[in-house]
Amino acid sequence: MHKIFLIIKREYLTRVRKKSFLVMTILGPLMMAAIVIVPIFLATRGNELKTVAVIDQTGVFFEKFKDTDNIKFHYLVSDIAAAKSSFRKSGDYALLFIPKTEVSIPTNAILYGESNVSINIISYIRNVMTKQVEDMKLEAKLRDLQTDKKNPLNVEDILRSVKTTIDVNTIKITDEGKEEKSYTEISMVLGMFAGILIYFFIFMFGSQVMRGVIEEKTNRIIEVIISSVKPFELMMGKIVGVGMVGLTQFLLWVVLTFGIVTVVTSTFVGKGTSKHTAEQTILQNAAKYNPDNLPLASAAPEKKSQNEGVNAVFEALDSVNFPVMIGAFIFFFIFGYLMYGSLFAAIGGAVDSEADTQQFMLPITVPLILSMVMAQFFIMDPSGQVAFWFSVFPLTSPVAMMIRIPFGVPYWQVALSMGMLVLTFLGTTWMAAKIYRTGILMYGKKISYKELWKWLRY
Amino acid sequence: MDIFSAQNISKQFSLHKALDQVSIAIPEGSIFGLLGPNGAGKTTFIRIINQIIAPDEGKLFYNGRELQPNDIYNIGYLPEERGLYKKMTVGEQAMYLAQLKGLSKQEAHRRLIYWFEKFEMKSWWNKKVEELSKGMQQKVQFLITIIHEPKLLIFDEPFSGFDPINASMLKDEIIAQKDKGATVIFSTHNMASVEELCDHIALINNARVVLDGPVRDIKKTYKTNTFEVAFNSFNGRLESILPSAFRIIKEWNDHELRLANIQIPADTTPNNLISALLPVVTIHSFIELIPSMNDIFIRVVTEKKSEPVLL
Repeated sequence: MHKIFLIIKREYLTRVRKKSFLVMTILGPLMMAAIVIVPIFLATRGNELKTVAVIDQTGVFFEKFKDTDNIKFHYLVSDIAAAKSSFRKSGDYALLFIPKTEVSIPTNAILYGESNVSINIISYIRNVMTKQVEDMKLEAKLRDLQTDKKNPLNVEDILRSVKTTIDVNTIKITDEGKEEKSYTEISMVLGMFAGILIYFFIFMFGSQVMRGVIEEKTNRIIEVIISSVKPFELMMGKIVGVGMVGLTQFLLWVVLTFGIVTVVTSTFVGKGTSKHTAEQTILQNAAKYNPDNLPLASAAPEKKSQNEGVNAVFEALDSVNFPVMIGAFIFFFIFGYLMYGSLFAAIGGAVDSEADTQQFMLPITVPLILSMVMAQFFIMDPSGQVAFWFSVFPLTSPVAMMIRIPFGVPYWQVALSMGMLVLTFLGTTWMAAKIYRTGILMYGKKISYKELWKWLRY
Repeated sequence: MDIFSAQNISKQFSLHKALDQVSIAIPEGSIFGLLGPNGAGKTTFIRIINQIIAPDEGKLFYNGRELQPNDIYNIGYLPEERGLYKKMTVGEQAMYLAQLKGLSKQEAHRRLIYWFEKFEMKSWWNKKVEELSKGMQQKVQFLITIIHEPKLLIFDEPFSGFDPINASMLKDEIIAQKDKGATVIFSTHNMASVEELCDHIALINNARVVLDGPVRDIKKTYKTNTFEVAFNSFNGRLESILPSAFRIIKEWNDHELRLANIQIPADTTPNNLISALLPVVTIHSFIELIPSMNDIFIRVVTEKKSEPVLL
């Protein structure tokens, strides 16, 4: 056990100390932050004047939406169906509909738009509505207190009872006049992004394992080492060590990306006044639509509500359930990587140089590439048959599952996929150990599949 | 006392039989030569001793008890295919490999510093291996092999690739290790180094041990009672003055002297030869021709080759 730790340590440290690791660690988050910031930044910067039509059936918000530098509000008194049908001709950027509520406090609004409504308009509307509702509640509370003097004045109680969450659902009105809930777009981007990332990580670190094994073979150091440790220990030590480099890189990317995004947005984008993050709102929305599903439905954390100065860009990021996404990513990365890593290690052990790896690489890379090629089908129909089978089949499940997860996947499917992956990882490791053990002592022999099969049965 | 012995070891690689009922005993404190042509099974046998591969049949004993996994700490192995991580620094790499051999970090460091000073290698510590010459790398490899002070040292073709200066240094160091009480196995084709170093040998050919024992005894077995005599030229034929049972194998002139290789019958002594020669010629030198290990090697291997080989 002590020796495998030494091997892991060496594999880890030699890679982490490389310049290329440092470069990747810095460039990765810069790129990701740019992908996140630039479009949102451009959207928030748009200084063209946008008009928003308001139909307020509650009457509570009349004249409350003040025009800003680039948003102009005007109130309609027509009914919503008529307004929607004439919306495309009106030239308005968006149509805000606040439906009448049975109880006196309205907490819902629907925002219709032709394209995606820009995030700062949504957050402005939400801020105004929140403030208005909270003011009303506070007024009522204070009136109660004046009439009922017996109750002691408890500020915290008051604040808690006053706190309000406003849902602003955005709905896209398409050319055909159809409506689509547009909040799936963030799932799409996120799924695609997570899929590409896990594909990239498995490929990059898997082939690093292979190159490491080949390096030991061509350096001729391998026999020195396996006279002190078992070939299996050396193989697993290398796989685990490289995997930990991958995890380190990933965690550094997450931390640095958040850091960069936070710094950049708080510097350049004006601070909002919202007390409520979009996270809660969207999570609750999602919960309404798919109550049994993972992971958006799983518990809306309250923790962010004290965060006063959350700005528009950061809100967009907050709308993602990051703990679940990151957790799933780490699980599927670890086991997907372990499975592929052992296969890559077996190839490295069987060949003499990287040039000879081609014929063995093909059957390994095909499923991985295929799951990437099929990505758009998973996105179009995240709970369909194709997506299901790809996300259960272990060689494609890491990528396929990561693409599906932001859309919500039933627990049993996730559990099945994870179970299959772990079992396959055990199988490939057993197989790889056999091939590796024989292969590392072979030099100058062209290895065929027939030969590999023979090694498996030694 | 044998520090290591193997009993009836067999190993088969698919269709190829690498070792066939090999039994070898290695006396403690000896330098044991493992000889044999390429592909005879030497490296397979060495790998089995190092527990890199397991034998199909047979038993291995270390110090009189069966070989255990932990015995790798008692063995130092310098493989024929040897190398180092090119991008790692010498010191870090030496520390890593020493720790893999079971030394603690402090102990590994202490011993490495001692050896690096002894071999005047201190300035290499922070250099990358790729910056070292081949000879320097081999010094590092040698040092790593002995750093855990193993009781049994195994060198597979240790002199290949060494320049003469480093080779002789390596040879001295192998002898020094032996003097410290280590037992050395080394596998080689280099018969000159066998003559110089080994007290025991085993010759493996076609997966079997064909010759085994102390070098002195083997040479005794293979010697042919042939003597080389140098004498002043004389007019006459050598045959005429020797008894008929004495056989002249070779006769030639070297400057003023005449030389001959003469084989005498087993029941006679060198004195019989000298007394036959003395009345006629002046003897300048007289030595027994002991077969070299090279001769024995070639003789044994070619003899065995003429036998039908069953696959």
